[in-house]
Amino acid sequence: MLRERAAIAKQFNKHRRLALFSFIIIASLWSLFSYGKLVGELFLPTPGAVVVAINEMYNEGILFEYTLASLYRVTVGWLMAVIVSIPLGILIATSKNAEALFGPSIEFARYLPVVALVPLTVLYFGIGDMQKFVIIFLGTFFQLVLMVSDVVANVSRDLMRAAATLGASKWQQYRLVLLPASLPGIMDSLRITIGWAWTYLVVAELVAANSGLGYMILKAQRFLATDRIFAGLIIIGILGLLTDYFFKWMTKVVVPWSEKAGGKS
Amino acid sequence: MSRLKVSGVNKIFGNGATKVQALSNINLNVAENELAVIVGPSGCGKSTLLNIVAGLEQATNGLVRMNGVEITNPGADRGMVFQSYTLFPWLTVQKNVEFGLKIKGISKKERQGISQRYIELVGLKGFEDALPKTLSGGMKQRVAIARVLANKPEMLLMDEPFGALDAQTRVVMQEQLLRVWEKEQTTILFITHDIDEAVLLADNIYVMSRRPGCIKEKIKVDIPRPRDHRVTVSPRFSEIKKEIMEMLWEESQAAAMQR
Ligand SMILES: Nc1ncnc2c1ncn2[C@@H]1O[C@H](COP(=O)(O)OP(=O)(O)O)[C@@H](O)[C@H]1O
Ligand SMILES: [Mg+2]
Repeated sequence: MLRERAAIAKQFNKHRRLALFSFIIIASLWSLFSYGKLVGELFLPTPGAVVVAINEMYNEGILFEYTLASLYRVTVGWLMAVIVSIPLGILIATSKNAEALFGPSIEFARYLPVVALVPLTVLYFGIGDMQKFVIIFLGTFFQLVLMVSDVVANVSRDLMRAAATLGASKWQQYRLVLLPASLPGIMDSLRITIGWAWTYLVVAELVAANSGLGYMILKAQRFLATDRIFAGLIIIGILGLLTDYFFKWMTKVVVPWSEKAGGKS
Repeated sequence: MSRLKVSGVNKIFGNGATKVQALSNINLNVAENELAVIVGPSGCGKSTLLNIVAGLEQATNGLVRMNGVEITNPGADRGMVFQSYTLFPWLTVQKNVEFGLKIKGISKKERQGISQRYIELVGLKGFEDALPKTLSGGMKQRVAIARVLANKPEMLLMDEPFGALDAQTRVVMQEQLLRVWEKEQTTILFITHDIDEAVLLADNIYVMSRRPGCIKEKIKVDIPRPRDHRVTVSPRFSEIKKEIMEMLWEESQAAAMQR
């Protein structure tokens, strides 16, 4: 048991070192090309210039303001999608009628390019937070419904049947078996779709906004401030990475029993 | 009096071109405390029959009665153990065993006493708080058996419960099932395609034909109890085994020709 745990820890450290290694490679290449002047400064700013740019943004007071504005939009827009799509996904997976009612229109909506809806949403909702929520909602909701209904539909029938032969009513089978059994898959779907939510947010902010990281990138482009563009991208990347870690951690907390939670309990 | 009475059961899946007749005129009686085993080639409708008895599937026609009452729905009086692992992965061993008891509304204290007893009965004392993902296949099936027994069903339905286990573990599990059955005095309807398993366990073996499955023969296994793996080398065991093998051989030959 102890030896096993030590082996897992060793493996974990090795993987961490590999991850760090890949970041170092990228940073080295970046430094080589920018400091070595292999690529013009206009196209590729030096890491130092990007750090300076981040500091400037901090001094102007927009670093946190814009980051928080973007975070807020992603969270609210995505949560709206989550709140509606989880019950709807479960309903579609468990009821043939619901599937017939909602299935085709959701499949249809799923293939609408959300980016092409940005102009319309600006027309309807202006360029404020509401329009961002709507874009993020449209971008993640339909996918999320299908992912959740897939997860629920793939719960082992035998698990429900076992509950039935232990005396569980239909409702108890749903509540005591189907729901908990779906949780790991649902957590996965949440983790994946919040990544998409970031993409849609930045797209929406690039088109029309007066705050946020996407807006900052667009403004920087007008002034050819590549260092700021890079700063924006790096901040978005870091936020994405943190979100991912957060969800992996949440998976361990919410469904520690899942094979996905990893490790021995 | 027979506990389970299956009379003239037919089962047809689908309709039109996709119609499949899985069962044809099944009749069988299982007496109280009997260990009845159904053997048959795979795809002959064994699981379908067991599902009908469990109430998970409806017969197209025919009648299934438990203690004289017609079966229409699944219920705690007919607990089932499946070939696939069906422990609830989010519950500990003890909570799994208590699942049915909790649904019945039995108090926490009483539940604990009952689950403890059955966890010990299947030899898993010390694993009460373990999660299913940390258990081996054999241990999972032992918990599944304890979970069903804790519910005090009228009858245990077992659908190839040891089918996914390796050969050694399977023998251990078969012996343990015999010990549990002797102690608990319970009625079991057990399904398998493993003839050795059938002869080792059964009071009566029902041999099923290929699809559409019907009962070809009922064979009484008169090997004295208590039995363990050593009876598998006795002459009587070989005789019965040979008899069944020949019957099934004809069936699988015919089934192969059919395809
Ligand atoms: N839900 C179903 N719909 C259609 N055909 C089915 C269904 N369940 C089982 N069958 C068919 O009925 C036959 C018997 O299946 P099954 O009872 O699982 O056999 P066994 O358990 O003996 O291997 C098989 O040919 C199978 O394809
Ligand atoms: Mg089967």
